[in-house]
Amino acid sequence: MFDTYQTDGFFDEMFEAEGTPRKHYRRLFERYKDLSLDEFERKRAAVDLSFMRQGITFTVYNDNEGTERIFPFDLMPRIIPQSEWQHLVRGLEQRITALNLFVKDVYSDQRILKEGVIPAPYVLGARHFRREFMGFKVPKDIYIHICGTDLIRGADGEYLVLEDNARCPSGVSYMLENRQALKRAFPNFFSRMSVLPVKDYAGELLKVLRHIAPTGKERPTVAVLTPGVYNSAYFEHCFLARQMGLEIVEGRDLIVIDAKVFMRTTKGLHQVDVIYRRIDDDFLDPSVFRPDSMLGVPGIVNAYRAGNLSLANSIGTGIADDKVIYYFVPRMIKFYLDQEPILKSVETYLASEEPDKTYILENLDKLVVKSANEAGGYGMLMGPTATKEEIERFRFMIEDDPRNFIAQPPISLSRHPTWAGDGFEGRHIDFRPYILYGEKISIVPGGLTRVALNRGSLVVNSSQGGGSKDTWVLAGDE
Amino acid sequence: MLSRVADSLYWMSRYIERAENTSRLLDVNLQLMLDFEGLDDEAMTGHWLPIVSGSGDLDRFNELHGVADSRSVTEFLTFNPENPNSIIACINNARESARMVRDQISSEMWEVINNTYHKLRKLDADSIWDKGPCEFYEDIKRDSLLFQGLTESTFTHNQGYKFMQAGRLLERADQTSRIIDIKYHMLLPGPAGIGGTVDLAQWMAVLRGCSAFEAYHHRYVNEVQPWNVAEFLILCENFPRSIRFCVATLDYHLRSITLTGEGQFSNPAEQLSGRMRSELIYTSIEEIIQEGLHEYIDRLQQRLIHLNNAILECYVFQPEIDLSREIEQQQQQQQ
Repeated sequence: MFDTYQTDGFFDEMFEAEGTPRKHYRRLFERYKDLSLDEFERKRAAVDLSFMRQGITFTVYNDNEGTERIFPFDLMPRIIPQSEWQHLVRGLEQRITALNLFVKDVYSDQRILKEGVIPAPYVLGARHFRREFMGFKVPKDIYIHICGTDLIRGADGEYLVLEDNARCPSGVSYMLENRQALKRAFPNFFSRMSVLPVKDYAGELLKVLRHIAPTGKERPTVAVLTPGVYNSAYFEHCFLARQMGLEIVEGRDLIVIDAKVFMRTTKGLHQVDVIYRRIDDDFLDPSVFRPDSMLGVPGIVNAYRAGNLSLANSIGTGIADDKVIYYFVPRMIKFYLDQEPILKSVETYLASEEPDKTYILENLDKLVVKSANEAGGYGMLMGPTATKEEIERFRFMIEDDPRNFIAQPPISLSRHPTWAGDGFEGRHIDFRPYILYGEKISIVPGGLTRVALNRGSLVVNSSQGGGSKDTWVLAGDE
Repeated sequence: MLSRVADSLYWMSRYIERAENTSRLLDVNLQLMLDFEGLDDEAMTGHWLPIVSGSGDLDRFNELHGVADSRSVTEFLTFNPENPNSIIACINNARESARMVRDQISSEMWEVINNTYHKLRKLDADSIWDKGPCEFYEDIKRDSLLFQGLTESTFTHNQGYKFMQAGRLLERADQTSRIIDIKYHMLLPGPAGIGGTVDLAQWMAVLRGCSAFEAYHHRYVNEVQPWNVAEFLILCENFPRSIRFCVATLDYHLRSITLTGEGQFSNPAEQLSGRMRSELIYTSIEEIIQEGLHEYIDRLQQRLIHLNNAILECYVFQPEIDLSREIEQQQQQQQ
């Protein structure tokens, strides 16, 4: 299977040199190398079919009727040895602690701004800074309950943080379903691999949600708030609600009376205490944020302010995943924790700083430019492969609104053997572990490994030709 | 249970039952046509047209097809997504409802609906006609029955289950009444038709359309007699597709939602179902004949519609909110 596999000079997750697997991949290598192409292709087709049957799909709207697609799944798992995982856990715990302290600080004393560690305009002028919530205290001082942090590995194999998703990170259902799928495809395989289980995620999440219930609520009613069946992540919302045994509600199922939130049930109204919301701040409450939102619940923010309702994540956490703020995370870690960052960030230039801006504009064809608040691979310029027109368009946009842009040198993402239809080829990958912050911080050993399925592509987003892999964290190092 | 969830469960179950009944009806009549090889066009139309009007959308059919024959009726009632009673529309709707309550139902139940949906999307009238349509309808029926079996054995028998049963039984009562009424509208060849071969064949088809052929023969040893068939399908106490059985069981499930005893009611829906149930117990076939079978069925269908509305009124509909007023009020409270 791997006879013709080439690493092409990239950092390869599986092979330290052509034909020589790293030691944590050896057992997998032994198992896979004896598979025939046909057998592999058969297993792959069976997994696709089973995803389709189970409706593990997202919807693409490009014609009148939405087309349901499966998020392509690659049967070749990505493996992380225990010692590497320990390093990641330490780094992520440090990072989430600092980010949470930062959010708390900017909505209360703003020490970090007063002491000049971060120039105040970057925070106060940020699109996702919610000044309405200045001085507002959230339960247990936790703002970011669920965080998906994207990690990549460059040419030397060191893990770097690419971005934090501190609002409504998605994709965790794929982490869980991918594991199921792989277990079905290779039933006799897992027991010998000592792979740590990921299935505790839903239980841990439920603990977090209960932990933040308004004081005095011994048995809180918790619900998952979804934008509805037409949302591309609807499957995931249902999946999590089902795993946790919670009610899944849409905005129209809720009503606010006297600053309390109620669900409309067959037996009348029933109060809700905690909401895991999968709707962005902007759409949450049309009486406070966007008035045209049909997804939200008028008055829900009132209930939240009154302390009758807890939200996960809290309102205003978008400030922490602003890409300009990203630049300052190492400083936050120093400022709040007096530590050096365990996980490094990617070298970043801020277009709003004059010297950086000059550098960016002179090197547009060599840099990756990102807008500060877009996700999903949108609003991005890949300098080295961009056309002249695209580069000029970004030049104009950066000059027009420098605060909205950052630039980074392109990272040659690590590659992983991936099924390419008639054999394995190297494809670029990234990694999103999910961090839960409740009574303590917990990270389920695993995460979502996304893979750019097109040859040479660096874009791993599902909307743009990305797929996913199961991620194995081993109990040991081999 | 959320009202929206109750609503989705109710309709999911109704639509699946409807798809099953339509499949059975088409299957039975296609087979019946095989016995009547020599039928001329007029007789053919006389046979198929009542089936279309039984599904309630004659105007749309005429607009699209004009001539009612095996092929056009099958196509209209199976694959026309614009026809709200076609099998494909039913399965689409059932799946949409199931998606809404994906977190409530078991994975097995969801997979059956989802699988049927994907199967149907790959097919069209030509392809099933080539392979022989019976196998296809058999398949749809089996999926529906599989779904019911899975509901029985993988789904908690709590409130949601009762709403599903209510939807299924109401639909089934309605479908049985429609099948009887279709027979009323079917033309017979010549004045000597009543009691003749074609007449009896059609009554047998009615029985088969309700999966009641064997059950009927256990009850009435003699050959098929029209009034016996009507009596069996309307008034039989324990045949699971008879109207009486459906209404009585529906009444039971409705009352068990509110824990109301037999012979009592705690809301308008239970009042209607209980009253219908009693009347069906104390009605004889002679009284139905006297009123006129068609007239009786017509009245029954009206009452099923009222019952449906009463159930939704009671559990699902909540006063509409005026969103802009609500926003205004909430904003005032914030000041």
